[in-house]
Amino acid sequence: MGLRIIVVLAVLMGVTGSPTTTVRPETTSVDTAAHPNSIPEMAEETGQNEVFSEEEAAEDVMATGELNPNHYPAQRAAKVVQHYLTTRYGSPYRLFGLHRVHSGNAEDVGDSGRKYQLEISVHEIISNTTQKCSAEVFFPHGQKQESPQVQASCEELLNISTKAQEEALYQQYKMNQTLLSAQNLPDSHGHIEPDMKLLWHLGIVASSFIMLKESSENTLYNMAQVANITQLETEKEQLKFNCHTLLHDMVSQEILHWKLLFAWSPAEGVKVLQMEQLPHCQHCEKPPNTN
Amino acid sequence: MRGLLAFAVLLVAVIAKESFEGHQVLRIIPKDDVQLSLIKEMEDMIHFELDFWRDVTGVATPVDVRVPFHSLQSVKIYLETQDIEYSIMIEDLQVMLDEEQEQMVSVARAPEPRNTDSFDYTNYHTISEIYSFQDMLVAENPNLVSKIVIGQSYEGRPLNVLKFSTGGTNRPAIWIDTGIHSREWVTQASGTWFAKKIVTDYGTDPALTAILNNMDIFLEIVTNPDGFYYTHNNNRMWRKTRKPNSGSSCVGVDPNRNWNTGFGLPGASSNPCSETYHGPKAESESEIKSIVDFVKSHGNMKAFISIHSYSQMLMYPYGYTRTPAKDQAELHSLAKKAITDLASLYGTRYTYGSLIDTIYQASGITIDWTYNQGIKYSYTFELRDTGRYGFILPANQIIPTSQETWLALMAIMDHTYKNPY
Repeated sequence: MGLRIIVVLAVLMGVTGSPTTTVRPETTSVDTAAHPNSIPEMAEETGQNEVFSEEEAAEDVMATGELNPNHYPAQRAAKVVQHYLTTRYGSPYRLFGLHRVHSGNAEDVGDSGRKYQLEISVHEIISNTTQKCSAEVFFPHGQKQESPQVQASCEELLNISTKAQEEALYQQYKMNQTLLSAQNLPDSHGHIEPDMKLLWHLGIVASSFIMLKESSENTLYNMAQVANITQLETEKEQLKFNCHTLLHDMVSQEILHWKLLFAWSPAEGVKVLQMEQLPHCQHCEKPPNTN
Repeated sequence: MRGLLAFAVLLVAVIAKESFEGHQVLRIIPKDDVQLSLIKEMEDMIHFELDFWRDVTGVATPVDVRVPFHSLQSVKIYLETQDIEYSIMIEDLQVMLDEEQEQMVSVARAPEPRNTDSFDYTNYHTISEIYSFQDMLVAENPNLVSKIVIGQSYEGRPLNVLKFSTGGTNRPAIWIDTGIHSREWVTQASGTWFAKKIVTDYGTDPALTAILNNMDIFLEIVTNPDGFYYTHNNNRMWRKTRKPNSGSSCVGVDPNRNWNTGFGLPGASSNPCSETYHGPKAESESEIKSIVDFVKSHGNMKAFISIHSYSQMLMYPYGYTRTPAKDQAELHSLAKKAITDLASLYGTRYTYGSLIDTIYQASGITIDWTYNQGIKYSYTFELRDTGRYGFILPANQIIPTSQETWLALMAIMDHTYKNPY
């Protein structure tokens, strides 16, 4: 009991910072060893990218031990698992949503960070199936922002094979006379043209790499919209795309703009080749949406 | 003179009827300087009547040209014999124009609804459409509904509140607002549906009829009209008000951080460029001050429900502090009942709890203020979904969302009615 109090106090002292806005560090290096997926070494950030965070010392004390699955600490960690599964297994025909948190537990790992153990249900959106997963999410607590590390095991995740559909789509895209291009997926009214849906899905998978990388205990990322996605010339059997994506962070309520270059093939899945955050620009209005 | 006039008439007739039937638009790519000059020469071949959409610039740079039907064969032969590469960008210009015209006509807004029965609840609407709806609803139900203008937005738009009342004087009342954050479009759409639901169910649904026979309902559908207009015309993701901030190029204040309980404490930003900027002082936004003044002068509000999206949550105070609300136990069990009723319709799962536990620490929020004013049943909703579509929820989910949310609202309103204080 005494040890726990000391740990709690240590965490409290370590985490309490100034209650003013904190500025995102200049560069973020990515620990590629932690991720089995292909993401670039450096994320370039341009412009004024400020994380508008508030003092959250009180919450850190609470988010240790058994967690209330209804409350945000477990929910945020579970969302990270969703992003992880999407980067790992996502495709135009396989996308994940967090269905439910059944239980969760958090513990500090010395000073290095906090580890969450979760029992969750995950929803595979396209086949409309739900299944249970056990997952572990580790949020490093360092001087600079580091990505969380995730391990997850889900019972029947890949039971429904999407190989044939993916292969067919891949061939179709490869042989396009005109390269595909789309804006505002979905549009203001939540609508997507049926033949653009799969492009949207690709945009979601690619964006999940960013959402995973940028996640912390103080964020909760969801896709807001794919502003623009353009197919580039096929290179070395890989389809390539440029994508401008809008992410929503529930905690700061900010809309973050990112540009990505990514490749896709059924064999390799989605690989992000370049990513860049665009400046937070209040005057940067999108042109009026065409409905 | 007469000949000239006749010629002019003929000319006008010909121009007016101009058709692009069979015209093609070709993309020509000059390989070298020789080809470049050959293409340039085509400009002088007046009999071809070529219309250059993209002029000759340099080698390997495409030239786009509209070729009338009568010249097509000759132009193509000319290009082919010179070994000049070209492709057909548009096969038949008239066909394309006709298709475009058809599309524009079909996408153009349907004629204005004549009454609230023919209003399209399955679609999102503009501010003027919603304001017209409000007036129609009042006109159709003069003994039940009236419109109160509680103030003006920063840009001068009226802040309209619908009052549903069967009489009495200053009866205990329930307040519902939607659209305080303008990008949360499913909320204004649901608010419109709720308004119609109330007039439909009064006299037919026993529970609602009992409530309205004893209490009043106030409904503000477009709580942030300036922001709402902005989401339609400029930036679909706009959240805040549209008031400029002195000393900053950033516009707007987060209306749900501008209330005078816990104002400026952790859980809001002091940076005008932030989406959670609390404003220069509490109630600095007229959109908020108007509600504050209205609630204070009414003095008999018993429930206050502020509706947002997205996340699928039902929350009670507090947002600014972990200190539990005095009525936490009752608020918690009522929330549980409400979301159970909500889920009964389509299985939609909600999480629930105090705001600070469920979503994040937030200060200067609506329900913290209303609760501290003594309005015990203060709740905030986050409607569908949980992030798949987020703010741009497909329009076909408007009605299911409204229907299920209504069940939760009824649970809260019913409890409020049966537990006077």
